[in-house]
Amino acid sequence: MNDSNIFMLISSFLRSLLSPLLGNDATDLSIYVVGLVGVIIVVFTNAVILVLMERKVAGFMQSRLGPNRVGPWGILQTVADTLKLLSKEDYQPREVDKWVWALAPALLFIPALGAYAVIPFDNQAVPVDLNIGIFYFIALSSLSTLPFLMAGWGSNNKYSMLGGMRAVAQMISYEIPLIFSILGVIMLVGSLQMSSIVEAQSKVWFVLLQPVAFVIYVIAATAETNRTPFDLVECEGEIVAGPFTEYSGMRWSMFFLAEYANLFAVSAIATTLFLGGWQPLPLPGALGDILQFIPGWIWFAAKTYFMIFVFMWFRWTFPRFRMDQLMSFGWKVLLPLSLANILITGVGIYFYRVMIGG
Amino acid sequence: MNDFIFAAAFYGLAGMTILSAAGVVFLKDIVHSALMLALSFIGVAGLYVLLNADFLAAVQILVYGGAVAILIAFGVMLTRRRNMKESNPNNRWVIYASFVSAAFFAICGWALIGTDFKPVGQQVNPEAAVEGLASLLLGDYVVAFESAAVLLLVALVGAIILAKGAKEA
Repeated sequence: MNDSNIFMLISSFLRSLLSPLLGNDATDLSIYVVGLVGVIIVVFTNAVILVLMERKVAGFMQSRLGPNRVGPWGILQTVADTLKLLSKEDYQPREVDKWVWALAPALLFIPALGAYAVIPFDNQAVPVDLNIGIFYFIALSSLSTLPFLMAGWGSNNKYSMLGGMRAVAQMISYEIPLIFSILGVIMLVGSLQMSSIVEAQSKVWFVLLQPVAFVIYVIAATAETNRTPFDLVECEGEIVAGPFTEYSGMRWSMFFLAEYANLFAVSAIATTLFLGGWQPLPLPGALGDILQFIPGWIWFAAKTYFMIFVFMWFRWTFPRFRMDQLMSFGWKVLLPLSLANILITGVGIYFYRVMIGG
Repeated sequence: MNDFIFAAAFYGLAGMTILSAAGVVFLKDIVHSALMLALSFIGVAGLYVLLNADFLAAVQILVYGGAVAILIAFGVMLTRRRNMKESNPNNRWVIYASFVSAAFFAICGWALIGTDFKPVGQQVNPEAAVEGLASLLLGDYVVAFESAAVLLLVALVGAIILAKGAKEA
């Protein structure tokens, strides 16, 4: 594994530039600021790319072209849409609960953005390599229920309220299998730190050792990001887009920004936990050596975008669940399955230790 | 520089925690109170981070912050009032309650003054980190841990039976 990569080069260059001017403390601080700005740029550009990608994938799945008028291959479509959203009137309905209604879209963005702090983009390129890495991600994502409920409640609209209540029911029931599926990986690694989870997969990716956990994670993550077939929170057909009904213009697009930020985050976490993170395909021989030369962040981006494509594939091929089916599937299928996975993983680890004579 | 940032973060978080806790008591709309409660829990989690107990902070957010959503769901469903602006009112118990809370505050203050606090170092206290907690919970205190788990299970089953009736459940 090559020890220097583009992120470390940039960081050491900035350090050598800044430390004579500012001293050590201020340099550390400004490196964090640079990291934060980098993450924000990643989030925003990704949202723009992913909206276009979603529409193109939708077109592909349904044998049509998708957006193709603005710019070559429709590339500038999202840019035009963003300009339209920015220039729209900021309309506020009269009877809303003013503060709760106005704060909800902004607050939804905080857990979505905070999750990026622990995503390992490359070797030693984790914005903050916390000791409790993945647990921090779980704790933050548990907060994203609250803004949905705030939007649903604050809108003072019965359909929004229904959507908010559904958000609570759905996100809390699917959070448990999500955490339990992650637990299998944590048991194998013996650490919560993101960098050591990636290190542990240098020989074999955990998708091979924990296939059931991977499937549970993908299903639960689809539900956590409120995407079809689990988009009962929005459900245009029956509750008119749920919590988003009373929002327009930029406030409305904040919800979409957060949704795509979350989509990227859960895909990046799937990549880190199950697909080896920034590490190349562990192939033996000369081919493996060639693959080592591709930089880690390209591997990371390719795997993450593959996961995003899988989530989009789900969205355009599965019909929506009914609410009772959703709940019984979460509690009666996913939860026992993930508990069984933890038990089998524990027994497996025990026998492995006995076999190697530990 | 670092001391200044630490002090600023501490006073900011402490102020946020206390103000939002006051908001829980004084706001008239019960949903607003519950949201303030979430803010207060997050402030406490921030204080844990300042004490280098980041696992505890994450647990605080996951268990308490996440549970506020359920609290609101029940708060909204169980307090059906025409006017939500008066869903968290004061009543005649306010005088007795003030005595009880003053007594509670006095006991807490007495315990705080009596405790000999040791300064925390830069390193994470091993007993507050994940490994230390795990070996304490699943080693020395495993019986207490498991019996608490069984107690929670009993409460869960009891709630289902109370709600649905013994025959149906």
